Amino acid sequence: MKSRFLTLKPSKTRIEVVEAGKGRDLFYLHGAGGHMPGDPLIAALATKYRVVAPLLPGYGQSNGEDGLRDMLDVTLHTLDVLEALKLSKPVVVGHSMGGMIAAEMAAIAHTEITRLCLLAPAGLWLDDHPVTDIFSKLPYELPGLLFHDAEAGQKLLTTGGNMEDPEFLKQFLVMNARRLGMAGKILFPIPDRGLAQRLHRITAKTLVVWGREDVLIPPVYGDAFKKAISKSKLVRIAKAGHAVGQEKPAAVLRAIRDFF
Amino acid sequence: MKFTWFHLMPWPHMPDDFRQKHRSVWVDLPSRMYEPELGHGIYHQYLDQLEFAESVGFDGIGVNEHHANAYGLMPSPNIMAATLTRRTSKAALVVLGNSIALYNPPIRVAEELAMLDVLSGGRLIAGFPVGTSMDTNYAYGTIPALTREKYAEAHDLIRKAWAADEPFAFNGRYTKLRYVNCWPKPIQRPAPPIFIPGGGSVETYDFCIDNTYSYSYLSYSGYLRAKLLMGGYWKRVAERKVDESPYRAGFAQVICVADTDAEAEKLYWPHVSYFYNRCLHVYPGFADAPGYRTVKTIQTGALSQFTQAAVRNYPSMTWKDLLDGRYVIAGSPETVRQQMEELIKTLRVGNVFCLLHVGNMPDDKVRHSTRLFAEKVMPHLRNLWPDWNNHDDRFWTHPMNERVPMKVAAE
Repeated sequence: MKSRFLTLKPSKTRIEVVEAGKGRDLFYLHGAGGHMPGDPLIAALATKYRVVAPLLPGYGQSNGEDGLRDMLDVTLHTLDVLEALKLSKPVVVGHSMGGMIAAEMAAIAHTEITRLCLLAPAGLWLDDHPVTDIFSKLPYELPGLLFHDAEAGQKLLTTGGNMEDPEFLKQFLVMNARRLGMAGKILFPIPDRGLAQRLHRITAKTLVVWGREDVLIPPVYGDAFKKAISKSKLVRIAKAGHAVGQEKPAAVLRAIRDFF
Repeated sequence: MKFTWFHLMPWPHMPDDFRQKHRSVWVDLPSRMYEPELGHGIYHQYLDQLEFAESVGFDGIGVNEHHANAYGLMPSPNIMAATLTRRTSKAALVVLGNSIALYNPPIRVAEELAMLDVLSGGRLIAGFPVGTSMDTNYAYGTIPALTREKYAEAHDLIRKAWAADEPFAFNGRYTKLRYVNCWPKPIQRPAPPIFIPGGGSVETYDFCIDNTYSYSYLSYSGYLRAKLLMGGYWKRVAERKVDESPYRAGFAQVICVADTDAEAEKLYWPHVSYFYNRCLHVYPGFADAPGYRTVKTIQTGALSQFTQAAVRNYPSMTWKDLLDGRYVIAGSPETVRQQMEELIKTLRVGNVFCLLHVGNMPDDKVRHSTRLFAEKVMPHLRNLWPDWNNHDDRFWTHPMNERVPMKVAAE
């Protein structure tokens, strides 16, 4: 995995783009937590695809978050990034918040995005199955929310610092303020920005993937996405939580390979 | 010096095992704990106390705004202030909240504060807090990273609405109004004095300096810990080359006065303990939503009041700890006088918000402590800023001269 930088015009927004692997182009959008260190999903996808994974403003070394305020801003920004990358008919993959953005992109630019993969996407709200409020969670709660196997998940995350150490606390708060501050513009307080009314516009061949043990966005949302997108298939992955791609990278890779 | 008797209006019936049974006094504490018929008496007792504070000579009486909590029961401070306009006649009405980012459209705030200024005959001091993260983000759903931009726009609208004599159009990002036309308008022109509660962000220092607003640090950790933050403010004032009027700043302090130091512990410790251990028991996940504070502010190392409360181990703190650390100023009138003088001088503040009702303190103790402070402490602190004639016109009210006579309860 290596990083390069892309400068968007005319905003001069500088975007960090992680790239790995060779093969057909695959455009990957991360969730609200950003990339994990040595992200297992990107690593697995890179064995078969050329993975191009930009970081949203506010994440990593990407800047320009002050200019993005709402869903349309984020969707158009990401379409601009996709265009600037000059990829050849990529599979567009998005996880969680990234899935929400990918679905919005596919709904708005439905002639451009023809292959779509949504991994436990955000963007819908069912009153009977509320999505967990991630913004009020403390770092120690995250592994259990993101992974079916919380202990293994803990090892994948780098949040295991000592919150009583003021320096660590400050660094954590800064990183969190940037990342979740940005994510909050489309996810806070309820991760619904009207996607439900636009899903019918998606014409892409769409694969929806859900971890059967997802406690953050319950698997029932998978059925809602499948129902709303015409050319779609839902694949459920056993013993996987919300970070389905990071917890079961091989199974997710197989599902994508089988479908596209 | 200006002394404002400030009420938080907490729910005084949180059980002894509150901390064990509930993770937070704010946001997700079930409202079944609130008993409306008890609440009736509590509201009136609290309002009586504010009126009493005027009668013993406080310059101001203060209320504020909080939501979804048992820490402070004033979701609408304007309703409380409205009742006070008819039963007080002298004191400034310090409404240290409306959280202006929360109102849609924010012209509502301009209208209601104008109503209060007119009703009170020009006795209103308006406060524009951003609001705690619990209130603004979790209870009222404002997107954390957009809160400050929304606040700035609301502020702009309110000031323009008060200043204008003709309708105008306002094309904001968050509020679009074809006809802004504020009826009524405030008596105090161009605006009532404005106090800004701050918690150490550099942006707020500049906002206060730019607009000649008083910077108010509302802390529960006392004046020793406030020195760094207030020092940062005064440094900024010096850098900006504006005058160093102490009335540019205010500080909130928990105060308990008794006849002797020993008596103070006996009378007030249970209520102080209630305040620190129940009223400030906020789930850390609610204290500071990501994006609520700017990166620049976080980098200064200033933690929000409620993050501090979560980090500090209040349950382990004794009366002596709280007094030694000056979280609380308590004791005989002479002890309190000495420490108050030190507070006022070291922080360089012209305004003190006196928290003399603490936690679940019963009415007789509140009045006892308040009266002792007013009669035996306050007079000795009046003349601490002689160079400023102990008053700064820019930061206090300008009541109208000939107000209609009212039969006022406090007289």
